[in-house]
Amino acid sequence: MTEDVDRNRRHFLTVATLVTGGVGIGLAAIPFLASLKPSARAQALGAPVEVPLGSLEPGEMIRVMWRGRLVFIVRRDEEMLSRLPNVTDLLRDPNSEVVEQQPEFAVNEHRSIKPEYLVVEGSCTHLGCAPLAEFDVGPADTWFGGFFCPCHGSRFDLSGRVYKGVPAPTNLRVPPYRYIREDVIIIGQESGAA
Amino acid sequence: MARIESEIGTPKGGFMKWVDDRFPWTETMKYHITEYYAAKSFNWWYVFGVLAMVVLVIQIVSGIFLTMNYKPSAEEAFASVEYIMRDVEWGWLIRYMHSTGASFFFIVVYLHMYRAMMYGSYQKPRELIWIIGMLIFFILFAEAFAGYLLPWGQMSYWGAQVIISLFGAIPFVGEALVEIIRGDYSITDITLNRFFALHVIVLPLALIAMVFVHIVALHHVGSSNPDGIEIKDHKGSDGIPLDGIAFHPYHTTKDLVGIIVFLMIFSAVMFFAPDMGGYFLEHANFEPANVMATPEHIAPVWYFTPFYAILRAVPNKLWGAILMAGSVLIPVFLPWLDRSRVKSIRYRGWIYKMALGLFVISFVVLGWLGMQPAEGIYVMMARIFSVIYFGFFLLMPYYTTIDKTKPVPDRVVYHG
Repeated sequence: MTEDVDRNRRHFLTVATLVTGGVGIGLAAIPFLASLKPSARAQALGAPVEVPLGSLEPGEMIRVMWRGRLVFIVRRDEEMLSRLPNVTDLLRDPNSEVVEQQPEFAVNEHRSIKPEYLVVEGSCTHLGCAPLAEFDVGPADTWFGGFFCPCHGSRFDLSGRVYKGVPAPTNLRVPPYRYIREDVIIIGQESGAA
Repeated sequence: MARIESEIGTPKGGFMKWVDDRFPWTETMKYHITEYYAAKSFNWWYVFGVLAMVVLVIQIVSGIFLTMNYKPSAEEAFASVEYIMRDVEWGWLIRYMHSTGASFFFIVVYLHMYRAMMYGSYQKPRELIWIIGMLIFFILFAEAFAGYLLPWGQMSYWGAQVIISLFGAIPFVGEALVEIIRGDYSITDITLNRFFALHVIVLPLALIAMVFVHIVALHHVGSSNPDGIEIKDHKGSDGIPLDGIAFHPYHTTKDLVGIIVFLMIFSAVMFFAPDMGGYFLEHANFEPANVMATPEHIAPVWYFTPFYAILRAVPNKLWGAILMAGSVLIPVFLPWLDRSRVKSIRYRGWIYKMALGLFVISFVVLGWLGMQPAEGIYVMMARIFSVIYFGFFLLMPYYTTIDKTKPVPDRVVYHG
């Protein structure tokens, strides 16, 4: 009997069985893996939020939540804005050339729609800690005020632009937002988007 | 009655024979316990394997009882831990047992690994035992990390934020991977829920399975010994290694002493210093998670800090993550990095002894640096000791080749 074994046929059947089984297991894995993605509810909670800016004093910062993420809104006064050009040489990406970090409207020195109001995500681009707001000019002559991350020492200027020589690779992220009235913004929607 | 029993056929040889005909009970007991021969010359360094098993049992038992009162939801988790501490009878003891057990698990495992490095236990033919052991170590890391999120304190939340963000440094797939790990756009109730599943089901199952495989491999090859020789090379006429004695009752009796001493130290910490001055339970974690503010000073629990210091030593996100992952993975390759034919430190030359000494110093100093703020002199020190840490492994093929070794004896040697 053993001499009669058709080895080619046996090999073909073995490979065919393994491939079919493998494809089956792969397909069966899809529902399990897909269940790990953000659920419909998690996605729905990412709805835009409206923030009135009227009550913000110059130099003041508020924190709001959007999509479970922390967003800083700073009302910069004239003096703070005047410090922005001083730091250009100390920054890694002063002209916001990394595209994914901000919508088109924030590709400028103040990284915002209106220079006065800065809207950035309060999540360090290194490992996600919330940076501390330290707006005063520091004792070191290289500190012109901005954000300092206590976790791993990353520094950002008053526009959320990252300094050179720190672990954070990119500027703080600017979320999409637009003005729906003179002093009210909606975070999560860009101009033009409904 | 007796007649009826014989009629239904109790086999000759009694109950054990009946079992053994159906399950290899006696055979297994002999193979793994009563006729498993390990060197007579074991010293105290050889107690940590058994102690790791003891801690595993402590963690499983205390963990099961914690799940009976813990609630894996962002709303309730912190309060349910406080509830266990205050309102559940003996709840404080069970919880401190589990948190103290976590730290002792790492103390015991680090010493167990150091033993292997001292006596060359990873060398041929025990490479697989070492690699399986490293897998256990990785699972233990994941288990400890997942468990640390569960109390939903400030350090739970921000520690998880930092470590999960590390995966975001992987090019191309990083961000998508982070989203799958969290199951949300930030760390939320959903993340906590799945970390609970990982901590109580997935990882413990994997851990137990790998411990089983570790022991099967060990008993197949045989235990190492402080002289780094093979006791199976010299067997008596009865086929038993001349330098070996049975695991039970001889080694078990000795191990029992070790277990008792261990439990004394364990209890002292559990009863009198369960937070160990902030090292075993970090003080920031006595505050509930606050998404709005990172604690001023953030550091992982002590057993992660050597690797964390390496991460922070690099002023670049991707390279920091690569070097940290490298520092955890590199010991896997020890069996091939070590070119020496001598296993035990007893018969190695001064170069290896010095290298191992420097390695221990760099590991401890990095561990301390990982708890300090990432600024000034600390960063510079972390860089220097990271170089020493990697140097120990990467230069090993060179210095173990040129090192002058002493002749290794044929049979085990007794000291004192």
